[in-house]
Amino acid sequence: MARLTNRRGIRWWRGAVAAVAGLYFLVPLACSVLFTVDVPGQGFTLSAYTGILGASGFTGSLLLTLELAAATIVLVLGLLVPALLAARLGAPRLRPLLEVVCSLPLVVPSVALVAGYSGVLRWGPQYLSRTPLFQTFVAVQNADFPVVLVLAYTVMSLPLAYRALDAGMRAVDVRTLMEAARSCGASPVRAVFQAVLPNLRGALMNAGFLTLALVLGEYTVGALLGFRPFAVWIVGIGGSQAQLSVAVSVLSLLLTWALLLVFAAAGRPRTRIPRRALAKAAPALVPQESAS
Amino acid sequence: MTVEFRALHKSFGATKALDGLDLTAHQGELLALLGPSGCGKTTALRMLAGFEKPDSGQVLVDGEDISDVPAHRRDAGMVFQAYSLFPHLTAADNVAFGLRMRKVGAAERRSRAAELLELVGLPQHADRYPHQMSGGQQQRVALARALALRPKVLLLDEPLSALDAKVRVQLREEIRRLQQELAITTVFVTHDQEEALSTADRVAVMRDGRLEQCAGPAELYDTPSTPFVAEFVGTMNRLPGRASGDGSVEVLGQRLPVRGDAGTAGAVDVLVRPEAVDATADEDGSARVTATAFHGAVTRLTVALADGTTVKADIPSHRASGLAAGASATVTLPERPVLVEARAA
Ligand SMILES: Nc1ncnc2c1ncn2[C@@H]1O[C@H](COP(=O)(O)OP(=O)(O)O)[C@@H](O)[C@H]1O
Ligand SMILES: [Mg+2]
Repeated sequence: MARLTNRRGIRWWRGAVAAVAGLYFLVPLACSVLFTVDVPGQGFTLSAYTGILGASGFTGSLLLTLELAAATIVLVLGLLVPALLAARLGAPRLRPLLEVVCSLPLVVPSVALVAGYSGVLRWGPQYLSRTPLFQTFVAVQNADFPVVLVLAYTVMSLPLAYRALDAGMRAVDVRTLMEAARSCGASPVRAVFQAVLPNLRGALMNAGFLTLALVLGEYTVGALLGFRPFAVWIVGIGGSQAQLSVAVSVLSLLLTWALLLVFAAAGRPRTRIPRRALAKAAPALVPQESAS
Repeated sequence: MTVEFRALHKSFGATKALDGLDLTAHQGELLALLGPSGCGKTTALRMLAGFEKPDSGQVLVDGEDISDVPAHRRDAGMVFQAYSLFPHLTAADNVAFGLRMRKVGAAERRSRAAELLELVGLPQHADRYPHQMSGGQQQRVALARALALRPKVLLLDEPLSALDAKVRVQLREEIRRLQQELAITTVFVTHDQEEALSTADRVAVMRDGRLEQCAGPAELYDTPSTPFVAEFVGTMNRLPGRASGDGSVEVLGQRLPVRGDAGTAGAVDVLVRPEAVDATADEDGSARVTATAFHGAVTRLTVALADGTTVKADIPSHRASGLAAGASATVTLPERPVLVEARAA
C-alpha cells in the first residue's frame, strides 16, 4: 500500500515537472507564432513565412549547411571512434589525455577560435603564395563548400561527440566483445565493424545528432569568416523586419526538430525487437501496466 | 591436440602475473587451472588464446611454437568469465558468427547453429537476444559459439562464476559431458576447488604465477605435495607438533612419519584432513567438543584442544551421539605419514 501511494506521488511530481517545463518552452513559442501570423491591421496572414521561403538563397544556404553537417559528422566520427577504441583497447592511460583534448573546445569561445582561423587564413597566402599550399588555402575557403568551416565545426563538436561516444563505450564491454569476435576467427578490423560498432549504434547516432544540431545552429564562425550557411542567411534575411525575423527563428526551430526526428528515425535498430525487450530497455516507450 | 606452456613469464608493470609457468595439457583431457584470484590463471589462458604475449617462454601446440599466430587464426574456442555474447545478434546468429567470418554459406550456417544450440540444450532459444536469456543460458550459447568452428582446444575462463549454485553444478556437468563426447582438449580456469576436482581429468594448482602441483583430483586431495595445495584443496587442520629432523614428528602425543620434506626440525604445523582425525568420547579427555554439524553420513565436529587449537573432525554420524557440544573427548590420528610445515615465527 505504501508503495502504491509512493508511486502515485512520483507520478504526480512527474506530471507537474513536465507541465512546468512544457509551459516554459511552449508559451514563448506559441507567442512567437502568434506574433508572426497576426499582423496588426492585416489580421491572420502567413506572409512572413512565404516571404522567407521565397527569399533568394534559402535552398542554397540550407543545402550548404546540410552538406557541412554531413562532412563534419563523418570527420568527427572518423577521428573519434578509432581514437576512443584504441585508447580503450590498447592504452587505457591515454584516456584522460583524450578527454582533456576533446574538452578543450569548451573553454575556447568560438569568437577566439574564429580570430585564430582568420589570422591563419590571412597569413597563409602571403607567405605561401609561391608554394602548392597556396592552392590549398584557396580551396579551403571556397564559398561553395568552405572546408575551413568543416574543420572549425569538427573542433567545436568534439566535446559533444566525445561524451556521447564515451558513454556508449562505457555501456558495452568493448574489450570482451572484441576478444570474443577474435576468438571466433574475426580479424581485428572485422571484429570492430561486426562486433563492436553495431553495439555502439546508439552512441554513434547520438554523436551524429549532437553534431548536426550544433552545425545547424552555428552562427559565429560562419558569419565572422564571411560565409553564408543557413544560420547566417536567416539572420541576414530577418534583420530588417520584426515579423520576418521571428518567423525565421520559429522556422529554423521547426526545421531543426524535423531534421533531428529524421535522424532519430533512421537510427532506430532495423531488427524488430520484441515488445518485452523494448519495455526492458526503454520503459518510457511502452505503456506501463497500471500499478499493481 | 597437446598444449604446452614452457617457462612463461609475464609482468604487468610491477605485478608478476606469470613467473615461469610450466604445464602441459594432453590430447582430449580436461585440465583445470586452479588457484586463488590473481595467481595468473586468466593470463595463462589468454596467452593460449593469443590475447597476451609472453615476456619470455613459449606456448606450444602439438610441439609448435604459436607465439606469432594472431588470435583469430588460432584454433581455440573460448568462453569468457563476463557475459560476452554479441548483444545485437540472436542466439543463433551469435553461434554462427564464426562461420560467417569463415565465409560459410547462409544455409549451412543456420543448420550448424541449430545443431549446436541443440547440443547445449537450447534449441528453442535460437531467436532470442542475449538480454532475453538468463545467465546460464547465455553461457550455454557462448559455449555453443566457442564450439562452432570445431576448435582443437576449448578455453574456459571461469565460465560459471557469475551463475547461481544450482545452475553452476548443472552446467559444469554438461560441459564435462560435451568435452568427453567431442574429446576436445580443454583448459578450464576456476578458483573453485570443488568445481575443479569434480570435473577435471587433472588439476593444475597455481600460486603466484607458478605451477604448484599438477595431478589427478584424487592424488591432489590425498597426497598434496605442498602445504599450499593441501590447504587450497579441501579442508585442512593445522595441529601444533614438533619435528625431530629425522623424518618423524610428534603430534597429539603420537609419533608419526613425515611425508615429503623430512629435514624440517623444531616447531611445525601438522596438516591433516578432517576425515583423518578421529575423536572419541572420553570422560578424562583434555579436548572439548565446541560444535557439531550433521552432514548425513558424517558429522563434522569442531573440537578445542587443551592448548586452544581448534580441530575439525569428520566422524561417522552413528558414532557422534556421545559427542554433543560440551562433551569431553580424545583426539587421535591414524598411523600414516603426514605433511608438515615449519611454523612461522
Ligand atoms: N591487463 C592487465 N594490466 C595490469 N595488470 C594485470 C592485467 N591483467 C592481469 N593483471 C594482473 O596480473 C595478475 C594475474 O591476473 P589474472 O591472470 O587475471 O589472475 P586470475 O585469473 O588468476 O585471477 C593480477 O595481479 C592482475 O591484477
Ligand atoms: Mg581470472
